[in-house]
Parts: sequence; structure tokens; C-alpha cells
Amino acid sequence: MSRSHRITLSGVDFVPHLSGALFAPDFEALLVADLHLEKGTSLARRGVHLPPYDTRESLLQLQAAIEETQPRRLIFLGDSFHDGGARERIDAADLALLRAITAVAETVWITGNHDPSPPQDVGGIIIEEMALGPVTLRHHPRMLRDGEAEISGHLHPAAAIHARGHRIRCRCFIADAQRLIMPAFGSYTGALNVRSEAFDGLFGDFNVWMIGEKAVHRFPAAQVR
Amino acid sequence: MSLPQRFLDWFSARGWAPRAHQLRVLDHAQHRESVLLISPTGGGKTLAGFLPSLAEITERGSGEGIHTLYVSPLKALAVDIARNLEAPIAEMGLPVIVETRTGDTPHSKRVRQRQKPPDILITTPEQVSLLVADPHAAHLLKGMRTVILDELHAMVTSKRGVLLSLALTRVQALAPNAIRIGLSATVADPDALRAWLVPTGEKPAPLVLGQPGARPEIRILSSVERVPWSGHSSIYAIPEIYDEIRKARMTLVFVNTRSQAELVFQALWEANDDNLPIALHHGSLDVGQRRKVEAAMGEGRLRAVVCTSTLELGIDWGDVDLVVHVGAPKGSSRLLQRIGRSNHKLDLPSQALLVPSNRFEVLECQAALQAAEVNAQDTEYPMVLKMDVLAQHILCRACAGPFRADELFAEVSSAWTYRKLTREEFDKAIDYVATGGYALRAYERYAKLKPQGDGTLRLAHPRLAMAYRLNMGTIVEDEMLKVRLAHVKRRLGKRVVVGGRVLGEVEEWFVSQLTVGQTFVFAGEVLRFEGLDEFGVLASRSNDREPMVPSYQGGKFPLSTYLAERVRQMLADPLSWNGLPPQVRAWLSLQRFRSVVPKADEMLVETFPRADKHYMVCYPFEGRLAHQTLGMLLTRRLERAGLQPLGFVASEYALVIWMVRDLSLAVASGRISLGRLFDEDMMGDDLEAWMAESALMKRTFRNAAIIAGLIERRQPGKEKTARQMTVNTDLIYDVLRTHQPDHLLLRAAWDDAADGLIDAHRLGAMLRRIKGQILHKPLDTVSPLSVPILLDISRESVYGEGHDALLAEAANALIDEAMRLV
Repeated sequence: MSRSHRITLSGVDFVPHLSGALFAPDFEALLVADLHLEKGTSLARRGVHLPPYDTRESLLQLQAAIEETQPRRLIFLGDSFHDGGARERIDAADLALLRAITAVAETVWITGNHDPSPPQDVGGIIIEEMALGPVTLRHHPRMLRDGEAEISGHLHPAAAIHARGHRIRCRCFIADAQRLIMPAFGSYTGALNVRSEAFDGLFGDFNVWMIGEKAVHRFPAAQVR
Repeated sequence: MSLPQRFLDWFSARGWAPRAHQLRVLDHAQHRESVLLISPTGGGKTLAGFLPSLAEITERGSGEGIHTLYVSPLKALAVDIARNLEAPIAEMGLPVIVETRTGDTPHSKRVRQRQKPPDILITTPEQVSLLVADPHAAHLLKGMRTVILDELHAMVTSKRGVLLSLALTRVQALAPNAIRIGLSATVADPDALRAWLVPTGEKPAPLVLGQPGARPEIRILSSVERVPWSGHSSIYAIPEIYDEIRKARMTLVFVNTRSQAELVFQALWEANDDNLPIALHHGSLDVGQRRKVEAAMGEGRLRAVVCTSTLELGIDWGDVDLVVHVGAPKGSSRLLQRIGRSNHKLDLPSQALLVPSNRFEVLECQAALQAAEVNAQDTEYPMVLKMDVLAQHILCRACAGPFRADELFAEVSSAWTYRKLTREEFDKAIDYVATGGYALRAYERYAKLKPQGDGTLRLAHPRLAMAYRLNMGTIVEDEMLKVRLAHVKRRLGKRVVVGGRVLGEVEEWFVSQLTVGQTFVFAGEVLRFEGLDEFGVLASRSNDREPMVPSYQGGKFPLSTYLAERVRQMLADPLSWNGLPPQVRAWLSLQRFRSVVPKADEMLVETFPRADKHYMVCYPFEGRLAHQTLGMLLTRRLERAGLQPLGFVASEYALVIWMVRDLSLAVASGRISLGRLFDEDMMGDDLEAWMAESALMKRTFRNAAIIAGLIERRQPGKEKTARQMTVNTDLIYDVLRTHQPDHLLLRAAWDDAADGLIDAHRLGAMLRRIKGQILHKPLDTVSPLSVPILLDISRESVYGEGHDALLAEAANALIDEAMRLV
């Protein structure tokens, strides 16, 4: 990362990574939301044979992000597995890759609506939510009281801006002083515009950090369409 | 040949006699031979196709199962043909039952058609596939004698035709005695169609030619106004077009794109001092509204209709006596087809007026006119061997019942379109249908095709047949959103928008460019974008006179190679300029004086500085798509050569690239050779690298993925669930490209792009053509010939309200500079 951005919540600095992961230098922790492993194979029973390479692609991206940030801890913010059958469907080589990843860092699987009980044999511990210093980490954003801070996923945020007559849309981190929502990391995950109803009432004056081809770009709310 | 007496009586009662070509088709049919009839519209072509069947059914008696399957490309046409056929049947008192079967036919009627089939079934290509996918098809088709393929020339150039060719192999297997009668407009290569009609290895179908019609009378508008330098709106000619409409009984105004149709229609209404009934007809309008326009035409209640290719095919709607073509026609055959819409009687000449919308189009119109005078054809060659279509057909075959791969391979290869299919490719397609064709064998358990003990393959689940029926077909529309007229109300001081009547549909990409409050032209009105709701676009009427119209995307059809060659020849031959309007003649003469006019086999490259940049303009005349690809590739090369290119713009005729460094100097000093720059080898790695990243490629991939059944179409009314279930095809494309670059669908998409959006084949041919034929002209300033494309630069980068004055000013400065006689 040439020029890294910083997002500060309750005094803790977080660095949005080009891969869609979030790095917390103070805790040497890498946060990853909405991996949706085995989403590709999830429709197979209905006869929809999507290329079964999304898991491998996501894990390789994750491995590269780990390589760059060298975290001691790896925290998944839920919906890491697309459904309850993911563990059974995952290819042996991909499973080995996943285990190799979780072996390197202390791993935490926060549960999500897609994976209320993630597999227990892929390394790491499973919990519903956790605290990283003063910041709560959970899957689904909640209403916050004054002084509380939270990082979550679930909504798959994307933002669009207008420039030179073009509309440019990419997935993004979105945050105000209290709350940060992470983009989905998985290769087949779609994204939801931060101007849509699902985001109503969650943020005050926010910024977005849009994930471009080669860099992350910050835009204030006023520029986000 | 033998036509039953009551047929002869019917002809003579009307003072007619059967035409020679009708009797020859009958003769071939009675000898049980497939036959191709090529005849201009209005030559009794459809009746020629039906006569053998009518005669035979009369003889054998009605109610013996489907005797004749008639296939037409348009649903609306199918219904009209059925209606038109009723007249002779009733008048001759023939015992023949005719029914239609289209996407709109209710289930109950389909069931009844299965139990009590009509003698003649009139249908569309997709329905033929659906028919043979039905397990009952064998019973339904076993006695069938004839397949009539109408407008064959229009079907064979697309994937619809490829799919139809495969469905016909199935029909052939179920009804081995059936013959095929192909009906076609004039084409460039009749032999290809003759071969298309019959199974591989058989003698091509004999050709019957209809009587040629009277030669059309074509004029080019010689406007009293100045012909614009660039642009596509033709607004300058509206008063004259309106004048022509006033003089004619009924005028069809053809344009090349929907947005152009909107513009021209609106301008005509503003000029419509006599309140003439003028209507609009294009593919994005609501179907009901289109049918209303067609009905009004038929009843002679309209004086003019502004339309796109939607009114190009099919039967007559009303008594058209003039065709106006706004913008260049892009191809000689297309022009002849459109002109054929007027004076649909063979003995009267069609009347047509061409309205070029800019100076290059004057040349193109002139070339098209000359080509039309000698009846030169430049139709495309039939499309062949599409792997995505094959995959769909394999699923279709499986829906009808278990099958053997060997037999299906033989059957598929019997189609002319798949005569070159290898067994290896076929097996890959089978594997793709069964398990997705991935190196990572993730789906063996969920295979769609299961091998049986007896060596056949069987569909794994009946649900797959249902999915096939919902998703089959080869036409993939851009994602469309409904546009509804919105009423803006004030409630408690808040602005509330309520949706009303549906106006039509618009492409999703267009909507994604709009912000609330912007205005655009749609359905002949200026609308203000109010936002989106779950049903689509909300828009209110606006008083804005200068809307932000959909930016001109260029026609769907690039300039044909044949017309391009004629234009190049015309440009090279100053003697031929005498036929051109004075302003255009002056423009070309000045080009000869200020720069140079290339010979027909040369490609001119001009390099010159302007403001603080350096420009390169070349004139290949190969169509916008090929030029765009060339621009992409040349920019990469110039970048590597250190010329620092800043951008490029492509038009139908030329390409301009602008850069920081002085290209004239680089060429003069021998640092860059134009021959090297335009070398054919750019079609290798550079093309691969660019295409892989290109958004066009992703669009092509999406189409192939839908046709091949990888992802499901959005079903109306089920959008929400569909969106949750489906995965964005761009993401699939990226993942597949990284992990299995040789996958069947990637190769299918690549092939499509090379033919279509990227036009790589044409670009390759052009680069070979200009080898050693580049004429370089370094200049001190812009040349007259380069002005149109330079104007396009400002057009593309500036848009919105209030910029027009700025644009006009800039344009005039540019023109003055180019035309200065110093």
C-alpha cells in the first residue's frame, strides 16, 4: 500500500486494505467480512453449475492480504461460509489452503446469518461477537448508544460517484465516528448501494473508502450518489 | 405443373395466373425436393411457399396431424400470416386448418394443439425448439411433410438461425420425409443459403428466382441548409423531410437507433404545423402502443411513422408510398430491404429519399445509392458453429427423452452450420451441459445428464426441463427497466412521486447514468428523471426544451465492407465528386489542396499539432467497432513507444488519437515507423491483453452464459428472488478467466466478440489490406477531412445543458482553421 488511509473509531486506527480486508495495526489483527465460501457450488442442486473456483480465488486473495499485513490475529466477521453444506462441498485442495491460512494466525470465526454454526475443523474458535479494545465486532450492525463503537459486515456496501459524466461504482468501506461497515470479501458476492434503504439511520456524517483497481479512495458523503 | 382445378379457378376469378416461380416451387415440392425461393417483397413469395402444402392437404384431407410447419422470425408476423392465409383458404373452400403457436399462445391451446393438431402450424424459431423438446413431439411430427422458413436471410445471420438449424435436425429425425422451402430476400451469397437448407452432404437445394421488381427510385436530399460536419441527428433537414411527408400519402421514416428515432420524431412534431398524424415505432416502446401504431397504419390513418428496424421485416402495414432514410443506411442490402417497404407492388418503383446527417454520410449515401442501382448485395454470411447454442440444444434434446451421444453427434453434424464440429468439441459441450465442464470436478453428484445402464444419457430431474423452457432462446436483451409516467404531489410539504402509466422500457445502463432532475427524451416526450422504485423508472413530463438525450451509441450495424470500399473509391476519384452537393465537393477539393486524397487502396494517416497536443488521424473506413479496437491497440503501442497518448475517438470512417509527444517528428527522425505501428501483429498479445479486461467482453460473456444455460434469465415478476439467487456474471467471468481460461464459455464469448463488438476479424483484414499502403501526410494544422472526427472529440467529452454555445463556437473556430486557404 503506497499511501494508506486511516479510519479511527474510539481512538483505534484501522487501515482499509485494497483486498477489502481491514487491518488494525495496534492489535496486529486482520478483519475479513462476508467471505461466502462455496457460494459457487451452493446452487448446484438446482442444476446451476457456476464455476466452482470462487472459494480458491477468495482464499488466494486472503492469503495475499495476509502476506502483506502479517497479522497475528485473523478475525472473520460472519457469513464466512455461504451455507451449512459448504464444509461438505469444499474441494480438498481448497480446504487444505484454508487450514494453512488459519494455522498461521490466531483465528476467530464470528457467526453470521449464513453460517450460524461454522465448521469446527478448519482452525480457530467460533463466537457470536467480540471486542477489539473499545470496538465491538459483530456480523449484523446494531443500534449504538453514545460512546459505543462497532465494526460489522452483512450489508455488502458499495458506493457510486459521478466524475466527468461517468458514474463509477465499487464496493467500499463506510464509516462515521462510531460505526464502520466492511465490504464483502468473497469473489461471488454482490454489493448494495450505501444510498439504499438498508443503510437508513445507520450513519451520521460518513465517509466511504472506495476500492478501486489499484488504490483505495476516500469520498465524503456529499459526493456519494 | 399440376395445381388442382379449384386453385386455378381461384386465380382466374381474380384475373391472376400463378406466377412462374410459384409453379416452379410447386414442382420441386411435388418431387419432394427442398427448394430456396429468392424473390423481392411483394412477389407473392409467401403464397408460393404455401401453395404446395395447400394443394397437398386438399388432396389428402384435413386432420391427419401437422402437415406443414411455417417458421417466421417475428411473432407479430406469424399472426398476420395466419390471417392472410385465411382468405384464400376460405375463398377456395379448402379443408385446411391453420393455427399459430408463439410465446403468447395460452397453455390450454397448446394442449389442444397436441391432441388435435392443425394442418398448418405457424410459429417462430424458438417454438420449433420447444416443440422438439416435448416428449410428445415424435408423435406430433411423424407425418409432417413440409417446413417453410420465411425471411430466411434475416434468420441465418444470428444465433437464432443457428439454434433453428439444430432444431431442424431434430425435426428431420422425427419427420424424415419432410422437405424444406426457404423464402428469402435477395442475398449476396445464395449458395450458402442453398446449402444451409439441406442436411450436410446432400446436393444444395435448387434455387428459384422470383421476378425482379421495378428498379427503385432513390434520391439524396440536396439540402438548402448546410450539411453538418459531424453528428447524427439530421435535425438540419427536418423542414425538408416534413415537406416530403406532406406531399406523400404515407411515409416511413427509417432511422438507425432508438435515440435517433426519438429525436427525429420530436423535431417533426415541432415542425408539424398541419397537425399531420405522425407516429413513432421502436423496440423499446410498450408492445400495446406498437400494435396501435401498426393498426393505425393498416387503416391508413397515419401520414408518417418514424421507426427503427422494427418495421423492416414483415407484411405490409398500409399503403406506404415513400421511404425516408435518415442517416446513412450502412449496407446496400439493408437499404434495399427498407426501401422495399414502399409501393409493395412489383410493377411500381419504390420511392426513397436518403438524408445524410453529416458530410461523410453524404459519401456513404451516394455509395449506397449506386450500389442499390445495380442491386448489389452485401448481406452477411450465415452464422455457424456456436458452442453456447449447441449446449442449449443438447439440453433441448435431453428434455425430449434419453439419447445416445453418438446419435446426437451425427444428427447435429448433419446441420450445415455444424458440419465442421469435431467430436472432441461435441464431447466438451456434453460435459459442459452435464457438469459445467470444469477441471475441478465439483458437480459429478449434481450432473444434469446421467448415464444410464443402456448407454443413453438421461435428464437428471424434470425440474431441469422446466428451467430449460423458461430460459431457452438466443435473444438476450440488455437489462431493461420499465419507464412510468410519474405524478409529483405535495404531501405535508414533502415532494411525493407516484407512478402511473407505463411508457415503455429503457436499458439499465442508460438509467444508471441519470441523476434525479436530469431530462431525457423518451416515447416522444421530454421527461424528467424522478428516481427509481421497485417497478422501475419514475419520470415526469418536463417543459425543458433541451433534454440530455441518450448519447448516440452508433448504429447496431457497422458500415458494410462493400459500401466502405465504394466510399474509398469515390474519395479517390475526383471525377465522381460531380454528383455530390457543392459544399461536400468544396470540402474534398480543399482536402486535396491542403493535405492529400488517398488512392482507393491506400490508408491516409495525417499527423499535426493543435493547441498543445499532437494528433494522428487515420481513415480506414471499416466501421466504428473495428476503429475502436484499433484505437485501443494503437494507444497501447504509442504508450510503449513513449508518445504519451491521451485519448482517442473512433467514428464509422476514421480514428483520431491525441498525444503529448510529436508523432510527425518521431516518424521523420525514424524513431517510429507507421508500418510497424499498424503491423498486423497487434492482433496477437496486445489484443488478448486488452480484450480480457474489456467491459465489452464481459457483456458478450453474459450473453453466452445465458444462452448456454449457465445462469438463468430474470423472469418477469420474479426479479427479487432472481437477484438473490444469481451471481453477477462479471464476477463469474473474472474467476473463470483466472482459474480455467480454456473453458468452453470463455472461448464462445471470445469468438462472439471477435465477430461482433470488437470486430477483430474485420480489423485483421484491414491491417493486411493496408500493409505497405500507408500514406503519411505530416501537416502544420488540421486538415479538412479530419474536422468531423475532431468535432466528435468535443462531443464525447462535453455534455449537458448550456454547453451548446460553447461547442458551436469551438466548432466554428476549428472549421475556419481547416478551411483557411493559406
